[in-house]
Amino acid sequence: MIEFQLDTASGVATYLQLVQQVRQALQLGILEPGDQLPTAQQVVAKLAINPNTVLKAYRDLEREGLVRPRPGQGTFVVGTLPRIDPAVQGRFLASMTAWLRKAHAAGLGPDDIEAIYRTAVRNSFAEGAA
Amino acid sequence: MTAVIETNDLGKQYGRKWALRDCTLSIPEGKVIGLVGPNGAGKTTLLSLAVGLLTPTRGSITVLAGRPGDGPAQLEKVGFVAQDTPAYAGLSVGKHLLMGAYLNANWDQQLAKRRIDQLGLDLRQKAGSLSGGQRAQLALTMAIAKQPELLLLDEPLASLDPLARREFLQGLMEIVASHGISVMLSSHLIADLERVCDYLVLLVASHIQLAGEITELLATHHRLSGPRRDPRSLPSSHEVIEESHTDKQSTFLVRTDQPILDPAWTVRPVTLDELVLAYMGQAHNPRPGRRSALGVVS
Amino acid sequence: MIRFAWLQFRMQAALTAAALTIVAVVLALTGLELAHLYDTTVAICAAHHDCSAATTNFTAADGPLQVFSDFLLLAVPLLIGMFWGAPLVSREFEAGTFRLAWTQGVTRSRWLAVKLGLGAVASAAIAGLLSLMVSWWSSQLDQVNANPFDSLRFGVRGVVPIGYAAFAFALGLTAGLIFRRMLPAMLAALVGFVAVREAVTAWVRPYLFTPLHQSLPITTATPVSIDQTSPGIIKAFESTRGISLPDAWVYSAKIVDQAGHTPTTSFLSRACPLGNYGPLNPRDCTARLAAKFHQLVTYQPGSRYWPMQWCELAIFLSLSIVLGGFCFWWIRRPVT
Repeated sequence: MIEFQLDTASGVATYLQLVQQVRQALQLGILEPGDQLPTAQQVVAKLAINPNTVLKAYRDLEREGLVRPRPGQGTFVVGTLPRIDPAVQGRFLASMTAWLRKAHAAGLGPDDIEAIYRTAVRNSFAEGAA
Repeated sequence: MTAVIETNDLGKQYGRKWALRDCTLSIPEGKVIGLVGPNGAGKTTLLSLAVGLLTPTRGSITVLAGRPGDGPAQLEKVGFVAQDTPAYAGLSVGKHLLMGAYLNANWDQQLAKRRIDQLGLDLRQKAGSLSGGQRAQLALTMAIAKQPELLLLDEPLASLDPLARREFLQGLMEIVASHGISVMLSSHLIADLERVCDYLVLLVASHIQLAGEITELLATHHRLSGPRRDPRSLPSSHEVIEESHTDKQSTFLVRTDQPILDPAWTVRPVTLDELVLAYMGQAHNPRPGRRSALGVVS
Repeated sequence: MIRFAWLQFRMQAALTAAALTIVAVVLALTGLELAHLYDTTVAICAAHHDCSAATTNFTAADGPLQVFSDFLLLAVPLLIGMFWGAPLVSREFEAGTFRLAWTQGVTRSRWLAVKLGLGAVASAAIAGLLSLMVSWWSSQLDQVNANPFDSLRFGVRGVVPIGYAAFAFALGLTAGLIFRRMLPAMLAALVGFVAVREAVTAWVRPYLFTPLHQSLPITTATPVSIDQTSPGIIKAFESTRGISLPDAWVYSAKIVDQAGHTPTTSFLSRACPLGNYGPLNPRDCTARLAAKFHQLVTYQPGSRYWPMQWCELAIFLSLSIVLGGFCFWWIRRPVT
């Protein structure tokens, strides 16, 4: 069973963090179709957050087709996400590190790089719907 | 949508002083409501009115479609934990549970005992020798075990250390998840309540400054910064809550339903903390020409 | 609610029961001895011609215990009012526990009703038991001492202590409800109870029943005193102690003639010439008075003892009920 963590300082909404953690777990193979997600009661008993937050996260995941509730039993994983191949991950990490080294050498500081990154991500995912 | 608490121009006066005034709310059920405000703002007064310990001087209040304190059925539906969690110092924990069983028709003794065991409280220990946190947990257990539809908690976290606070909220949220009850808890610190609340009522100086679903409030408030401007030049759909200026720059906290289209603005979201502070500051220094606070009804 | 009230009350009940048991045992043992003493001395004293000695000896027996038992019955209603009635509700306000008690599944009225009702009944029962025990214990002593209407004795025998206790409890509880603080409530209970008790004893009890009148002849045994009350005025006075009306409450005894007139100064100066210490010739004086005058005694007969007891009980029970009604009204008004 997956166990959720909460980062209150990240500025990311709680329910989004839960959604992200489920997606990551699916991507990394920690969760597979048929696995049960913790009940809202179990989650809030540990994290002390509003149960509606958990329900909202699970509803979002259901809308994405990743999970489905079974009445009286709980919420279960039904979908998959493309697994990230560790080798692929490694290749992109290497090329990114190289790019960063070049940017640093050109005099770009962390904030400049951040601004460039955000613009690029926004443009890229706006064009080719994720 | 049924309202769990509904007030209409509710007011409570002591002598010449109004502890609460012009209070009009309609709070939907199934929420965890944070009642926030500085000390003396009227939070305890509002809670006491809701549970029937006080009667209104003006206006009305309806709780779960009934009048507060009006007969055993109404009293059963509402669980209350007063500030300082009063308990009978000479009675043991176990006797307190007996008290709950004797005085409440829907008392769930299994639930009460399970919680007491989980909390590690000794049934035979006299309530007078419990720590503040333990007494708070006992009081919460008693309020929960009567299986109410609404729980009202007056500053339940005030005398608790961070660990006790966490445990209290964990227990409370677990009950909300399993029983689907509505909860209203008050605090003068928004940080305490941010994790658990999805509805906010802000009380400052005996008046409601802000009321609404937190997601809605955060979605309709924005922080705008840009070149220095006169607030009166902003569109009328933008209600300015807070403003600050340097010689070159202006920053406004505005409330609006409309999208912000002016490209001159940098728009940033507002945190709940900032929102509450802005409204509290606004209450003490009202802006000229500001409309009176309107409750947002979801 | 009754079970909860018992839960809170259990410890006090146990202590009280223990105390009552101790008192009962002491009284039982000494009471039997007293009865034996009476049977063997006073009951048969006429045959032995030593009645005055036997009586004196008997009435002095267990002196401290006599005083203590009377004191107990005098104090218990007051203690009940101050230490049971007054703290019952005021302590809940002081400790804030009323916020716990009034948000359970019982209304304030029911909460109050049970506390008030149970407490009043318990108070009445304790006082009743105590009075029963002490009345039994001193039955022969009271017989010998006579004078059941003595203002002190009347209030520590029979059924009136029941009324006193219920009233004191109700008064204490009412004070606690109004003042919401324990010490002022206790003080109010003390002052209020003593004041009402005294007022009833002095101003109500004598007028509950119209007293009877009786004419008795003046004899040599009648203690009459003649006195010059002011220059030129001589009056005749009679002590009520000389009246031989057994177990009666004598209000007054006047010396009057057939027409109801008291002896005039002129008559007395002729019939009873005065010296330094009263009439020069008391026997002649008495004889001359007896010829024309008699005693007009105003009194309550002994048979009125129990009716007066029940009457006073009814008064105090009614007061308790009135206080109870007031409490109910008070607790339901819009209160902070």
